[in-house]
Amino acid sequence: MEQLISNITIAIVLFPLLGALVAGLLGKKMGCTWSHRATIFYVFISFVLSLYLAKLVFIEHIPTFNLVVYHWGISGGVGFDVGFLIDQLSVLMLLVVTFVSLLVHIYSIGYMQGDPGYQRFFSYVSFFTFAMLALVTANNFLQLFFGWEGVGVASYLLIGFWFNKDSATAGSLKAFIVNRVGDFGFLLGIAAILATYHSIDYSAVFAQVDTTLSQTITVIPQHPWSVITLISLLLFVGAMGKSAQIPLHVWLPESMEGPTPISALIHAATMVTAGIYMIARMSPLYQHSPTALSVILVIGASGALFTGLIAIVQNDIKRVIAYSTLSQLGYMVAALGASAYTAAIFHLSTHACFKALLFLGAGSVILACHHEQDMRKMGGLWKLMPITYLTYLLGSLALCALPPFSGFFSKDAIIDAVHQTTIPGAHYAYFCVLTGSFVTAFYTFRSLFMTFHQTPRYDTAHLHPHESPWVVWLPLVLLAIPSVLLGAWLVKPLLFDTPPLLAQSVVPHLMESPQTAWSLMEESIHSPAFWLVISGIFSAWLCYIAFPALPKFFVRVLSLPYFILIKKYGFDDFNRVVFVDGSKSLAQSFSHTGDQVVIDNFFVNGSGRAVVFLAKLGRKLQSGLIYHYSLLMAIGLIAFLILILWPLKG
Amino acid sequence: MINLSHFLILGAILFCLGLTGFVVNRKNLINLLMCVELLLLAVNFNLIAFSNSLNDISGQVFVFFILTVAAAEAAIGLAILMVFYRHKHTIAVAELDELKG
Repeated sequence: MEQLISNITIAIVLFPLLGALVAGLLGKKMGCTWSHRATIFYVFISFVLSLYLAKLVFIEHIPTFNLVVYHWGISGGVGFDVGFLIDQLSVLMLLVVTFVSLLVHIYSIGYMQGDPGYQRFFSYVSFFTFAMLALVTANNFLQLFFGWEGVGVASYLLIGFWFNKDSATAGSLKAFIVNRVGDFGFLLGIAAILATYHSIDYSAVFAQVDTTLSQTITVIPQHPWSVITLISLLLFVGAMGKSAQIPLHVWLPESMEGPTPISALIHAATMVTAGIYMIARMSPLYQHSPTALSVILVIGASGALFTGLIAIVQNDIKRVIAYSTLSQLGYMVAALGASAYTAAIFHLSTHACFKALLFLGAGSVILACHHEQDMRKMGGLWKLMPITYLTYLLGSLALCALPPFSGFFSKDAIIDAVHQTTIPGAHYAYFCVLTGSFVTAFYTFRSLFMTFHQTPRYDTAHLHPHESPWVVWLPLVLLAIPSVLLGAWLVKPLLFDTPPLLAQSVVPHLMESPQTAWSLMEESIHSPAFWLVISGIFSAWLCYIAFPALPKFFVRVLSLPYFILIKKYGFDDFNRVVFVDGSKSLAQSFSHTGDQVVIDNFFVNGSGRAVVFLAKLGRKLQSGLIYHYSLLMAIGLIAFLILILWPLKG
Repeated sequence: MINLSHFLILGAILFCLGLTGFVVNRKNLINLLMCVELLLLAVNFNLIAFSNSLNDISGQVFVFFILTVAAAEAAIGLAILMVFYRHKHTIAVAELDELKG
């Protein structure tokens, strides 16, 4: 049995890599069709094997499977292994990743058709899938970090996929550099774990957590810190980079320069949730640090509200969804902060489905409008693209958290958990997540109305949008199904069963009373969140269908808040002025004073000048006149005589 | 009473005169040769004075050698001077600066 699971896991992780290699190295020989067939085939195998593992874990309840397959190295008594941890959490993540990845692969056949980098694209996407699978199946921090960096590289390559576009290369660079900041904290966190627990294996670390509860470490002199808080915060810095939390969120909107399937797979469904997954996986650690949880709660809740507000003023359809992703990631992080790790993972799974659906739907629209992303140049598309419209609508309803769609159950659990928690910052966080649900509904339906309703604003004479080919709409339909049903189906086993579904993997969150999907929906009628969502949708209808002049009026009246939102709270400007221009001028000053003045001018040219100066001085002695030489000779003679005779003086 | 010191002082004065002439002279190469003779004579003076004072004849013998060499040197020096004048059309010392760096 163990051998079987081990082999299956290795196959799940390595098959996408094989696909990446085949498409990447042999792509030119095989041609487009065989490249996508090969990669899709390998990802499909991974998906099917993941389903089989899910059957073993969820239905047959096999115990947590932790196996080291390869000793990479041993140093100072610490083993660095390649190993797999198969439990409910990693299997759930395997399912999410392989499912979305498979659909994105299929979708890309239509979306990337005719692109000169077709094979390269499929190779990168498969490589990303491999790295993400390595990340979620890791049983130690080193492999986690390997996957973490692997997805980072894939993200960089894919954002900059159209490398002829300046904005794409700039976006990929920004993503990479901002992530580097987070990874730096993450690496320090792993180092702190290694220093404290002398192991990088999850199980070994978690087994020792209880022995280090009172252990402190002094980072700033005279201020001893709990070592668990330090580790938690450092790891969270890594999660802030990867999961785009304030203030390291700035790279995610820029990442929309990549092809749309990438935005769906990497920057909505999987990679950006790696941070959420990581913190949920580390829940035995985080559970002992209220300080870290407070920080996480406040940062997550702020992100949930404030990035959502930016989405209201965006006109690029992908940017709206990107800011929406930031906001939803904020919800997940807030749930982590409220110790509701299961709710965060729940929202991660549902969000992966409906956000990937929204992105792919947006991609379908973009495809129909000949790569036009500006919603002001769309409108009235619902009749022309019925399947896209319908699936987009379902995705929007799920995102708005309207019952009975999947987003409702997961977001309701999060709002509930934030409401119940008592750690510092809880009231602020509750306000943020509650207001956020109104904002979410508003911007979601704003984008829906602007894109699919209203009068057409595209060039009707030349542009004739039509429904996308089946490879594009089939993934939409396949994603719409879980977007509608997943929540109602998973809510009971995830949150209310005893024991809960993920009990072996993460610290369970205690809900006051077991409920069913139906009773939750009944209750929601009396909850403020539900009415906020309804009013959000209604406001969007008011502003964009009933009275289209209203938005312009609001922009005029609320010009200052509008300006702040357009400027995205100044994060980008701050980064540009302080970090980009700052490092530029720092480099300039180093290059000027350090390099040009000190090294070039003083040392290099200076020593040359010194030689010239001394030589000129020496030249003066060589007058060529005999009487000068003779005088010097006489003086020298006298000097030597004095030197010799002086000691004999007596 | 004239003693050794007086002779030595006279020798030193002559030497200094020769040296000063050598250094100060700017115009004439012949002056230079004459100054060199004067320096040699000052040295000879010292040799004779010491020879007399120490009752050692070798000092005076030495003087003869020096005078001979000085005569030969003067002859060669004047010959070079002649050749030099033909070459440069001048014997001014101040203009002989071909070794200038």
